[in-house]
Amino acid sequence: MKEITCECGHVNPEGTVLCESCGKPVEKNQHIDGNEGNKLLNMRYDGSARRSQTYNRTYVDKIWNFFSSVKVGVTLIVLTLIASAIGTILPQEMYIPPNVDASTHYRDQYGLFGQIYYQLGLHNTFTSWWYMLLLALIGISIVIASIDRFFPLYKTLKKQKPKRHEIFMKKQRVFGETKSNQLDIDLFKNNLKKRHYSISEDNGHILAEKNRFARWGPYVNHIGLIIFLIGSLMRFVPAFYIDEYVWVREGETVMIPGTDGQYYMKNNDFILETYDEGDERFKEAIQNNGAPVPKNFQTDAVIYKRTDEVVPGKEPELEKVKEASAKMNHPIKFDEFALYQASYQLNEFEEMTFKVHDKDNEDTNYGEFTVDLTNPKSEYELDSGHRVVIEDYYPEYEMEDGRPVSISKYPKNPAFVFNVYPPGESEPETSFLGIGANVDASGDNEYKLGLVNFDVRDVTGLTVKKDHTLWVIALGGAIFMIGVIQGMYWNHRRIWLQPKADGVWIAGHTNKNWFALRRDIGKVIEGTNIKEPIDQHEMKDDQSSVSEEEEHGLKYNQQ
Amino acid sequence: MKESTLKKKRKRLIFRTSLLAVMVGLLVFAIVSTLKDDKAVIAKGEQAPNFQLEKFGSEGETIELKDLEGKGVMLNFWATYCGPCKDEMPYMEKLYPKYKEKGVEILAVNLDTTELVVKRFIDRYDLTFPVLQDKGGQVMDLYNIGPIPTTLFINADGEIVEQVTGPLTLSKLEGYLQQITPEE
Repeated sequence: MKEITCECGHVNPEGTVLCESCGKPVEKNQHIDGNEGNKLLNMRYDGSARRSQTYNRTYVDKIWNFFSSVKVGVTLIVLTLIASAIGTILPQEMYIPPNVDASTHYRDQYGLFGQIYYQLGLHNTFTSWWYMLLLALIGISIVIASIDRFFPLYKTLKKQKPKRHEIFMKKQRVFGETKSNQLDIDLFKNNLKKRHYSISEDNGHILAEKNRFARWGPYVNHIGLIIFLIGSLMRFVPAFYIDEYVWVREGETVMIPGTDGQYYMKNNDFILETYDEGDERFKEAIQNNGAPVPKNFQTDAVIYKRTDEVVPGKEPELEKVKEASAKMNHPIKFDEFALYQASYQLNEFEEMTFKVHDKDNEDTNYGEFTVDLTNPKSEYELDSGHRVVIEDYYPEYEMEDGRPVSISKYPKNPAFVFNVYPPGESEPETSFLGIGANVDASGDNEYKLGLVNFDVRDVTGLTVKKDHTLWVIALGGAIFMIGVIQGMYWNHRRIWLQPKADGVWIAGHTNKNWFALRRDIGKVIEGTNIKEPIDQHEMKDDQSSVSEEEEHGLKYNQQ
Repeated sequence: MKESTLKKKRKRLIFRTSLLAVMVGLLVFAIVSTLKDDKAVIAKGEQAPNFQLEKFGSEGETIELKDLEGKGVMLNFWATYCGPCKDEMPYMEKLYPKYKEKGVEILAVNLDTTELVVKRFIDRYDLTFPVLQDKGGQVMDLYNIGPIPTTLFINADGEIVEQVTGPLTLSKLEGYLQQITPEE
């Protein structure tokens, strides 16, 4: 590695544009930050050697250099923005109705465009590997670009000397020469102190500096972003983040998913309360709505912990942990988990009560029996001596090729084939019974079965959550905001004073709000006989000054 | 070149390499996690996770997978409301006695919730191999079973040799059973 020794004696690393100590431009490096041919110095990173520009030898260095580039970072961000925008054109797969097939849904709903959208996998943009890759690359770019700029800038700001090179002074945007021997330098220093500048002095050379910490704003917000990204990554680790869903029927006890088989819950009751339609206050609103307005969704549950060794499928030994209700926004909390009320289904069949009567006379009654639809018995004895055997049971029946079949295990549309044995008989009468169907199999049955009553139950849907990532994400967000504020509301101002044989030179630099800097200078030179410096930028071209100002703002952001 | 510069350079290379390695590691982790979420299946070559289920019609008798070590195990996930599942039952029944002798156990894990329905089914098809009751669907979840029928063929070492989604034909079934038959 070559080093650059400045005429002031300071040894700078290769790639330095302006000497870290005195600010003298390194002639052969002027191309790096576009200083060539410009009247003013480009003060980006204070002309320090960015690490990426020092070596380019090994593959590691090449990869490093690639990611340290702001251009690459901005390109990645733009690509991600475009991808995110495309991902919102059509709904993502998770937002289409759960019972439709994605492969046909997009074609049916959105035509050819939908078909292409689906086949390109854009219906899963935000969970796709390439979207994750983009986010991760942005993360890498942020880390490397920050490291690449943070340390050099830190070094430069630490090593800067009050004594600056003449070229450095002259080529500052704010610069002025005063020829006089009646200058009040002490008043100048006092004024600076009054305006909260910190002063360092070297043989009559003065450096006054204010709000240096604002320079670190971008790096602080990068740290925030990185913490934020780490928080999001933690969501992939079940130890930190669980998001599951469970349906529980009233009276049922089920394992709570995501708890490694450790916890079970029983649904004692699901309650749906609606606003009273007779209430004067709500009457109109409810009528306008056209349907009852829910007031409360609630699951009364018991949480159990498994006490024996977890073997999937094995009947667990349970110990009651707590009894609680999950309502909207009031989850049941146990251990690290929370159960949120999320959904419900009302009125699923639970029990049906039938009676046996004469085929021709519905008023006769040979006895009733109640069938538990999730666990029916195979045989029911009636008081009259009749026996009813369930020959077949279809929880959700449909006719297929003229024969009944069940299409699911849930009793949504139950149907039965009953064999009725009259007292003392060994030959049964067979009938088929479903909702809206009551078929006499042989046609000459003596008895008939009729539905007397039924019971329904509700099903509750709960979200199981465990989230240890939220505080990391919040911390990242907070640090990000601190960084933004730090960089936005303060700016780094520096004023240099250089004694000359016949007077002084004064120069100033800030990263933004040049007007305020000039006003600061105006105030501190009051009564000192130092002439007000001029803004060489505005002198050069008055009209373009606004856009130049913006450009400086952009440069600041890149730092 | 000075000694100190060389040292600095080496230090820098180590720093950059390790930082890049850490970040690439995180990146790979993120992408693998995304992909795994998409299609979580128990893969071929993996060890079959243990479970214990009650046998239908046995009044509480249970079967635990790890007790079957040394035997080949065919694990068939099915339900009475699934048409294709019914079609392959006779094939399983046909080959069961022959392969049982050779040290292969057929376990049919049923996903219904109503015992009566399954009992009637077993009677009708005269099934003699053990039908297990996975009421809560825990074992189905454990094995990440999506569509049924899905059949897993596990060898004597408890390793998953093959996973088949969809119905099996008689010849295919026999082929897979031969694969998991323990050697003499």
